[in-house]
Amino acid sequence: MAGFDKVVNSYAEAMAGLKDGDTIIAGGFGLCGIPEGLIAEIKRLQTKELTVVSNNCGVDDFGLGILLQDRQIKKIMASYVGENALFEQQLLDGIIDVELTPQGTLAEKMRAGGAGIPGFYTATGYGTPIAEGKEVKEFNGRPYILEESITGEFAIVRAWKADRYGNLVFRHTAMNFNPMAATAGKITVAEVEEIVEPGELEPSQIHTPGIYVNRVIKGNFEKRIERITTSN
Amino acid sequence: MALSREQVAMRVAQELKDGYYVNLGIGIPTLVANYVPDGIEVMLQSENGLLGMGPYPTEDQVDADMINAGKETVTAATGAAIFNSAESFAMIRGGHVDLTVLGAFEVDQEGNIASWMIPKKLIKGMGGAMDLVAGAQNIIVTMTHASKHGDSKLLEKCTLPLTGVNCVKKIVTDLAVLEVKDGVFYLLERAPGVTVDEIICKTAGKLIVEGDIPEMQF
Repeated sequence: MAGFDKVVNSYAEAMAGLKDGDTIIAGGFGLCGIPEGLIAEIKRLQTKELTVVSNNCGVDDFGLGILLQDRQIKKIMASYVGENALFEQQLLDGIIDVELTPQGTLAEKMRAGGAGIPGFYTATGYGTPIAEGKEVKEFNGRPYILEESITGEFAIVRAWKADRYGNLVFRHTAMNFNPMAATAGKITVAEVEEIVEPGELEPSQIHTPGIYVNRVIKGNFEKRIERITTSN
Repeated sequence: MALSREQVAMRVAQELKDGYYVNLGIGIPTLVANYVPDGIEVMLQSENGLLGMGPYPTEDQVDADMINAGKETVTAATGAAIFNSAESFAMIRGGHVDLTVLGAFEVDQEGNIASWMIPKKLIKGMGGAMDLVAGAQNIIVTMTHASKHGDSKLLEKCTLPLTGVNCVKKIVTDLAVLEVKDGVFYLLERAPGVTVDEIICKTAGKLIVEGDIPEMQF
């Protein structure tokens, strides 16, 4: 790699340095906008005791769900895990620990983590089980709970286009958590559909500036759809 | 007669106002989009990052990168905006969404709602529901008035783990429209052919019935 060129040519390079016990922040919503090849590489590496922060945990045989097959995940922080039977079984068997987190709080934990803000107050979850043990503070007569931000050793995201400098553009609702996840990794890896030369992306249209991105790899995506619904 | 799911959605749709930004939850709330009254425009927000959700795509239009919060393939309406999850919940938490419609297991007379977890049964997670009930200006809950076994879902105090506190303002059930105010339920309307007595009987929380209660109009 030279200068600002972030492009790597193998998945081994893309995930180099990942070790047992690391925290991985992952973009994606359901199976939409997930870094499929990077997840497959984590499975190949057989890294264990991982903490995964992601809105969901894939399905049994796709997405982050494949990391459950060999019990690579120790803990997951997610807002909704209802699509995954293996996950439920490992939860019931005590193999995996889950910290259910409201979706907006999860997004903000990533955003704040990447922005150097250690915590924030939110009304979300006040008076519910997720507020247990958390500091409560009133602002203008309304109670809010303190939520701590989050960062990880790695962040893995999927984008539509990247230039060699790591500037990213996302496509449609495959954006979702990816921009926040990209800011919250010590090493952020972007798996993308297309790599272009610097200058080809319109600067004002870039969603994630390259400063957040350490490695870029071109992927081939299956793009599985969870629920195909049509009007005809 | 108790209302069908479609009729509950039709009644909720009467609450929509021109220019509203609306978030519809999964289930009956999703059906509300089919009954937007003529002459008004609303924009649907989907919390995965879409403001201006359009109809389901044709088979040719299906795009894996274009889904709603229920993970269904959708289209973007004319004038839609797409953004990241933090932005989406900034809209929600910041009170910019005019109306949220969602389902529930239980609601109580303090406006508390339980909708995400039944202990010892499957735990799937709250998704965006806690943020939505904490942030929306106006929340309508849709649900059946009582369980299949006849147990009321409108309680003095919720028994299940809460999704949010003091947030529900209005409830549309298969039997009635109710308002939650000052720690009690007020009966506003009844489903056609349903008696006030039946509603009283199936409401466990404190229910105020003032004067003649009109039937819902469709």
